[in-house]
Amino acid sequence: MDVLNGLVALANFVLVPAIAYGSQLALGALGVTLVYGILRFSNFAHGDSMAFGTLVAILFTYLFQSMGISLGPLPTALLAIPFGIAGAAILILGTDRLVYRFYRAQRVKPVILVIVSIGVMFVYEGLIRFIIGTGEQRFSDGERFIISAREFKQMTGLREGLALKTTQGLTVVTAIVVVALLFWFLNRTRTGKSMRAFSDNEDLALLSGINPERVVTVTWLIVAALATVAGVLYGLDKSFKPFVYFQLLLPIFAAAIVGGLGNPLGAIAGGFVVAFSEVGITYAWKKVAVYLLPEPLEPSGLVQLLSTDYKFAVSFVILLIVLLFRPTGLFKGKAV
Amino acid sequence: MHDPFLIGDAMTGGYGRGADILHGCTIAVNKGEIAVIVGPNGAGKSTAMKAVFGMLNLREGCVRLDGEDISHLNPQDRVAHGMGFVPQTQNIFTSMTVEENLEMGAFIRRDDFTDTMAQVFDLFPILKEKRRQPAGELSGGQRQQVAVGRALMTQPKVLMLDEPTAGVSPIVMDELFDRIIEVARTGISILMVEQNARQALEIADKGYVLVQGRNAYTDTGQALLADPNVRRSFLGG
Repeated sequence: MDVLNGLVALANFVLVPAIAYGSQLALGALGVTLVYGILRFSNFAHGDSMAFGTLVAILFTYLFQSMGISLGPLPTALLAIPFGIAGAAILILGTDRLVYRFYRAQRVKPVILVIVSIGVMFVYEGLIRFIIGTGEQRFSDGERFIISAREFKQMTGLREGLALKTTQGLTVVTAIVVVALLFWFLNRTRTGKSMRAFSDNEDLALLSGINPERVVTVTWLIVAALATVAGVLYGLDKSFKPFVYFQLLLPIFAAAIVGGLGNPLGAIAGGFVVAFSEVGITYAWKKVAVYLLPEPLEPSGLVQLLSTDYKFAVSFVILLIVLLFRPTGLFKGKAV
Repeated sequence: MHDPFLIGDAMTGGYGRGADILHGCTIAVNKGEIAVIVGPNGAGKSTAMKAVFGMLNLREGCVRLDGEDISHLNPQDRVAHGMGFVPQTQNIFTSMTVEENLEMGAFIRRDDFTDTMAQVFDLFPILKEKRRQPAGELSGGQRQQVAVGRALMTQPKVLMLDEPTAGVSPIVMDELFDRIIEVARTGISILMVEQNARQALEIADKGYVLVQGRNAYTDTGQALLADPNVRRSFLGG
């Protein structure tokens, strides 16, 4: 019984949150990795692109709520996602026409595009705070739990509960659907294949008559969609705060680099590696240890390796280790 | 005398704003024939080929395809006009399968290209076997076959090859040359740059020996092989 209780506690406090967080990171990292593969630079404005898409979705959520439109047990924000994607797409494509295209025409080095994207990031940050302020927005509604801890305890008679929030279930299901769609697009459609060809060998892609501007436009559209979906899911699961979205940049980049920049499969794997490390290292393992270990070995302390305040250190350390020992990442991406 | 099918006529030019590399160099190929450009290192062989394909700006001279002046077209438009080009390096999509490489070769075609793909598979049977394998996993000779196959997918009238046998073994080289002859027999003109001058001239209808960006000797492949000057200077006796 103790073993079961221990496993349930593990699932409740580590597995379920890490899987949900990992799915959000994976969606974010997919956007970063696509920009890196096609446009060949690390997009520092990605966190704020996520924030902007989410912001538009939040405003539409509030609008729908005031009009009395809802999805019943599901969060209203799901209805607002398409509008968020459209908003992010307009912003990002506008930025491309105004800013990135100019530098592309000069054929500048990637590092210059990185600096440019930092400038874009600051502009986005100002814009976001101007529209919605710096405060926290909670926009999730509908049923809060698929299974609450109390229901679980009643059902199983265990001492530990396993809560599954609606947003967590939604996150995983949405992530699976989005990733499946993305891979179908990249591997089965003519446009998707041309994107992979362009990422693989730009000169030969040009020789084959692939239009680079079209590839870039499609890429930004997909990035806008991925960023908005990731941002809305994260916001539903936790809450929306502009600064937090900017900070998400670090674990997202860590995920993309761990998996191998430019490799979509790697981005997904990287997302889960980072999420599990972060949750695993900042979780106080005492409860699980007490259930699983024999009495003499039971820890007296919390067995928390790192305070949650330091969770960004985990991403940093992962980044360091990967860049030092395996710069191309787990899935043979491009070296940074 | 009527114009050859493709001619780069008295071309002078270089890369960007740099010094001229070609000096009044003329390269031409007739329909269904094989023309080979040979010469010492740094003679401008690849540059001459790139000039014909529009990858550098000509200061003088022009390029005509089937009588039409195409000097102002960029490489992509020349592909649409029926020219196929196989670069010397990085000439395949390594992360994509053989079949996807061929599909990308046919990107500008909106019609059904399964026939063309079947023809390419007939020409290079090994590619059919490995169609689902990433092209980057193939051997050097097989990669070159993918590269040539990719260029054939647009059904070009002229196929331009930049050192197709660079870095492959002698046996594979002979096989590649056989395939190239087969391609020429289907009516496609071939213009290629080759390091293996002797073997290349043996299969060439026309040979161009370039020295320092100028035409040094121009004749049929057999005549050049027999020419004592050419033999002494470029073919090692």
